[in-house]
Amino acid sequence: MSLLIYGLINSVILALYTVGFSLTYGISGIANFAHGALYILSGFAAWTFMNAAGLPFWLSGILAVLISAIIGFVFYWVLLLRLRGIPLAELIVTFAAGVAILELLTWKGFYGIRYSLPVLVRGGVEIFGVGIDYQRFIVLACGVFLVVGLWLFVHHTRIGLAFRAMAQNERTALSIGIESDWIGSLSLAFGAALAAVAAMVVLPLGVMESTIGYEVLIYALAVAIVGGLESTLGMIAGSFLIGYGQIAAARYIGAKWMIIVPLAAIVFVLAVRPSGLFGKFKELEERV
Amino acid sequence: MAERDFRKKRLDRGIKARSDTIFAVASTKEILYLLAPRFVPVAILLLLPLFLESYWNKVLVYACIYGLLALSWDFLASCGLFSLGQSLFFGLGAYIAGALNYYFHLPTVVTIPVATLAGGVLCAALLSPVMRLRGVYFAMVTLMLPLLLMKVVETTGVFGGTHGLSSLAGFPHEMLAIYLAIIGFLVCLFLFRRIMNADYGLILRAIRDDDRSVMSGGINIYWRKSQALFIAGAAGSFAGALMTHHYQFVGMSTFALDYSILPVAAVALGGPGTFAGAALGSMILVPLSEALRALGGLRIAIYCGILIVSIILLPEGFFHYLARKYHQFERIEKIK
Amino acid sequence: MTTSSNEPILRVERLKKNFGGVLAVYDVSFELKRGEFLGIIGPNGSGKTTLVNLITGFVRPSGGRVLFKGKNITGKMPYKIADLGIARTFQMVRLFYNLPAYKNLIIPLCSSRVRRMRGGKYGEKDDEAVDLLDDMGFERDSYVPYKQVGTLPHGYLKRLDLARAMALRPELLILDELFSGMSMSEVASTLPLIEKFNREGLTIIMIEHRLKELFRVVDRVLVLNFGEKIAEGTPDEVMAEDEVKKAYLGIDVEIPPDPGTA
Repeated sequence: MSLLIYGLINSVILALYTVGFSLTYGISGIANFAHGALYILSGFAAWTFMNAAGLPFWLSGILAVLISAIIGFVFYWVLLLRLRGIPLAELIVTFAAGVAILELLTWKGFYGIRYSLPVLVRGGVEIFGVGIDYQRFIVLACGVFLVVGLWLFVHHTRIGLAFRAMAQNERTALSIGIESDWIGSLSLAFGAALAAVAAMVVLPLGVMESTIGYEVLIYALAVAIVGGLESTLGMIAGSFLIGYGQIAAARYIGAKWMIIVPLAAIVFVLAVRPSGLFGKFKELEERV
Repeated sequence: MAERDFRKKRLDRGIKARSDTIFAVASTKEILYLLAPRFVPVAILLLLPLFLESYWNKVLVYACIYGLLALSWDFLASCGLFSLGQSLFFGLGAYIAGALNYYFHLPTVVTIPVATLAGGVLCAALLSPVMRLRGVYFAMVTLMLPLLLMKVVETTGVFGGTHGLSSLAGFPHEMLAIYLAIIGFLVCLFLFRRIMNADYGLILRAIRDDDRSVMSGGINIYWRKSQALFIAGAAGSFAGALMTHHYQFVGMSTFALDYSILPVAAVALGGPGTFAGAALGSMILVPLSEALRALGGLRIAIYCGILIVSIILLPEGFFHYLARKYHQFERIEKIK
Repeated sequence: MTTSSNEPILRVERLKKNFGGVLAVYDVSFELKRGEFLGIIGPNGSGKTTLVNLITGFVRPSGGRVLFKGKNITGKMPYKIADLGIARTFQMVRLFYNLPAYKNLIIPLCSSRVRRMRGGKYGEKDDEAVDLLDDMGFERDSYVPYKQVGTLPHGYLKRLDLARAMALRPELLILDELFSGMSMSEVASTLPLIEKFNREGLTIIMIEHRLKELFRVVDRVLVLNFGEKIAEGTPDEVMAEDEVKKAYLGIDVEIPPDPGTA
């Protein structure tokens, strides 16, 4: 039973890691490799607001999300504008920016036990003989809310439809009056904001460290690769596969084997179905 | 408006033998013109270790090792495979050489060649499922693999875990290591250039530009890409094996991000596609990063800064700029 | 090099392809004898190019089979199919614009098929490429074979693409709208070349909008409309059919019922 519950929570955390990355990639085709860096950066931003400015947690949380969104937005106009359409350059630049942020954080000394965010609600409850603290419920609720909300947003709102139009064909979208630079920068901003939201709910579970940024990026990529890059369903499936796999590995083989799971999952998926479980097999399709 | 009356005009220097295939050089002056940019840097590189003190010789070895990784990156990029994980190649080579020496006590004469070949094969095997996919997948997977392998070594404790394998066999003389690095680097540089200009390289470049067209020519592009992966992987593994025996130690740090980021930064700085750019970039960046050693962890941030600036502002790279200056002259001309 | 056998070199059986909900090719079957010259016509969007892509492996079929020389090649990789001897040209030429024209032929000349057919070793590839271009009407003494592809006019590119396909020494050649974008005189000089290939025993499938030129050379025509085969036969037979007239001339146009729901 505890396997089921912890697996679920772990899976939802993974989905939270991935949701922003997946959103950005799905809309503008930008693989934002600074995702992990933005995640942890917003955590430290919230901490700074709380401890240096004395703001309450909810306010600093909101501010951190806003800051992360603004950074994402600025990223687009400063770094990516000249590089649109060159996936390699986009990727290298976002990655370099992410690594630069993380290394700067490490250099400034943002690691150690004193850096942690408070939980929203203290305490816990026992369900089916498994003790769970309330924060994990919040994580769960937030994960479900974000994934469902994202789906509704993309499929049923005006700007969401514009997003989808651009994801399908940028030139056509341009020709019907959807400005791709605007949408591209928004997609980065939304992705960054989602990274920050994830940080706000997941980070209180542990201690903050700048290296978490790499970890988040790795997990987000692993989930995206396993599930398939552009598909929401794939993202969910990927997180559950890796999430439960990890908990099961920790339970039956040993905690140190947890890290093998994403690697094994990637190797397995790539060997069997290279485009991911739910990815579209775009390798050869050609429509003239 | 003064700007409007004048324009900058670029002219090729009047050398006849500038084509790729025809060599019809007339005078010694022209021969010198063509050979100087190739032989002068080589000569400098070969003579340099004799004049440098021990510390800077170490830096030179570093530069050659990073140079090898940058060349291997550029080689893959020429066939459309953009890697973010040169440390995978590096680390595999380093660990193979280290393990062979540590567990089986094989001498360096055996471990380095074996690590080079086995590393190449292993890279090709590990990455061959990925190269069927285009776009960012290859970069994503290459980025993840070394980081995950690092975690695997850390948590499971194989190959010495966090402590690594130490007191391995070294080189009998320091100069041997230095010259091995330099010669490996130069051989790679000129070999890769030669490969890319031959028909074999033509196909690799064609795969990058339009894989469907190449497939319709009856060429098995996946087999060709595996070969390219092997070549690039072998170059990276050689660098790793060399490093292992030079330091007589191999550890998790061989999978670290440094070995992935710096080569990419070097290529971005020097200019992709020519190999000379990659070589030049690493020869600039590595000594620079030594000078920045005092900054510690900030160094990586600075590489990243250089990388971003050179991609955005100098997309063609430093080498192309120099080559243009060498082959063309500019003059300001009045517009009639 | 005439072949007498009557076994079909290519047999397409109930080939289907849908992109999402759109049926691009539905239930198309036909046979092709060795040495035959088949034309495929149909209005825009009738699935001609998709059919070519299905046969050459660039698109995976949703159903049906393709047999080449009795061997099932359905869903095989394009290079594998090319290796067996099916060469194609592209509607939108896919050449390498920063290479000299003759270097474009190096790619097929490096294939294992060409090596096999040359008895296990490659020849002097550059010379061979220039020879092939010479056969195709690009004279070796002119500047054309050595010029960068990007600087050549569009009609030349089409012929270069044809040369690239022929460099593979195919048994079946598929021409996807070779003449579109060519001038009248270019068509007039290319058509005899293709006829010559056919006389020498090459099986050819030709997709074309210029019906007059096409009907002069082909043995048989297949008409596609909305992804379905609506007629097959000699040019005269086919043009006599009502459905073809409807599809082409728009007489009494009606949207046919969705074959997916039928």
